Amino acid sequence: MKLYDLTIHELRRLLDQGETTAEEVTGTIYERIRMLEPKVAAYLSLAEKRAMEEARSWDKKGYGDTTKPLAGVPLAVKDVICTKGIRTTCGSHILANFVPPYDATVALKLKEAGGILLGKTNMDEFAMGSSNENSAFHPTRNPWNLDRIPGGSSGGSAAAVAADECIAAVGSDTGGSIRQPASHCGVVGLKPTYGRVSRYGLVAFASSLDQIGPITKDVTDAALLLNVIAGYDQRDSTSVPRQVPDYRENLLEGLAGVTVGIPREYFVEGLVPEVERAVRQAIETLESLGARAIEVSLPHTEYGVAAYYIIAPAEASSNLARYDGVKYGYRDREGKTLMEMYRKSRSEGFGAEVKRRIMLGTYALSAGYYDAYYKKALQVRTLMREDFLTAFKQCQVLVTPVAPTVAFPLGEKVDDPLQMYLSDVFTLPASLAGIPGLSIPCGFTSEGLPIGLQILAPHFEERLALQVAYNFEQNTDFHLRRPEL
Amino acid sequence: MKITVEEVEHVARLARLEVSTEEKQSFTEQLNEILLYMEKLNELDTTGVVPTSHVVDLHNAFREDIVQESMPRTETLENAPEDNDAEFVVPRVL
Repeated sequence: MKLYDLTIHELRRLLDQGETTAEEVTGTIYERIRMLEPKVAAYLSLAEKRAMEEARSWDKKGYGDTTKPLAGVPLAVKDVICTKGIRTTCGSHILANFVPPYDATVALKLKEAGGILLGKTNMDEFAMGSSNENSAFHPTRNPWNLDRIPGGSSGGSAAAVAADECIAAVGSDTGGSIRQPASHCGVVGLKPTYGRVSRYGLVAFASSLDQIGPITKDVTDAALLLNVIAGYDQRDSTSVPRQVPDYRENLLEGLAGVTVGIPREYFVEGLVPEVERAVRQAIETLESLGARAIEVSLPHTEYGVAAYYIIAPAEASSNLARYDGVKYGYRDREGKTLMEMYRKSRSEGFGAEVKRRIMLGTYALSAGYYDAYYKKALQVRTLMREDFLTAFKQCQVLVTPVAPTVAFPLGEKVDDPLQMYLSDVFTLPASLAGIPGLSIPCGFTSEGLPIGLQILAPHFEERLALQVAYNFEQNTDFHLRRPEL
Repeated sequence: MKITVEEVEHVARLARLEVSTEEKQSFTEQLNEILLYMEKLNELDTTGVVPTSHVVDLHNAFREDIVQESMPRTETLENAPEDNDAEFVVPRVL
């Protein structure tokens, strides 16, 4: 056994039993980070000195406190989540030197639970992208094949977990940004229900869609991390005042009596045969474990990409208006007037995809186009949400592919934004409906690239998705494979 | 054509962005392609469908109005590109 290989629950057991120390584990992981980062490039910044101090301090305090489920556990956090005193760039030049004066609620909760922050992970600029190639700093590479993208936008977090450069990580998901990179990197990723986890301190992209969630080596860890980060927060008025269950509680329940819906609209042209085969096989596995599979229909699925790529850029164009070179972030020094300073700061600070989405969103919200684009997209969002509510009358969860393909080569779609957008086709609908979605490894292609299974559940029923995923995981070994690095 | 170069210039002005000549061309082409794809939504009759702006059934979120301490001014100014120890400094407005 190698220390960097461990899951949260395995590490916690070893720490509890005194078989290792947080200092030893954290040190081992930093060694691995130093060895692998030249290849993988999952991180944007490291907090080594601070992390080692915290590790030693946990070892000194001991591990008897049961209210600290993450005590001594080294974690990675996507660079879209504000961390007090630690640079938070959002993958953008415009925030290259931004050091938050406060912690995001999630960062604080991880800290209070005893988690040790290893560093901040790479991402597509402002979480806009599906490949991590939109990072203003450098692309992250897929640990399973360094010529491929890790997915995005939480590609750094997913790659760090897959390469054992952390024990577990958190990411954020607006249209698939946790699930798709988790799928491409062969790890578990969970986007909670909109409102389940506080967004306070999460740099805003599209406020009606953004959610923070875990990216982990197994399902138990995803449940464990969700236990820590979920819950109402007075500082996020869209977080939902609803009790947080223990998400590990019903993992052990079997699948007898569980009906799994298979939406036919997710098995269409464009889905590559190897991915379809793995997903179909996963459904058979679930059936062999006692689940009943039925075909269902989500008739508006094909409109998801169009609706999302109006709504998300519209919200982004408004959210990103705050980057004006006044209070924080990059400022151009040549502009003579205030307006010139705004324009130059924004134009030099933002990358091409961010500008493209600001333009698209501004256009969709501008006079004369609002009804045709924005209002229309919100109406279609209603229809898509109703699709799910109807389907969930017939089944408890839905099972689909996460993405139509496996991780694609770097550079393949970078000059074709529409093709990049279309790769999100299977993750966008759940985001628009606000329901939770989980990605779990369900196979590998002949070339050895991971394939992910998406499990969708009704609002606030994360536990159902986790239960189905756990049963699948315990009867397969895809989650135990590691890339050769 | 859904959007012309002139409209791209107009939208850039609204968004407080400067776009180079090359960007004007590429944005016009790319936005046209994307907006053409969005036409797909018009296949659907949405007459009478209520738009969804919030997916979870939440209404006004009230809290007690209690005076709390604010972040110290020095901390809020720490990330400012330019300040005079008390305020943010910007290019001359008037």
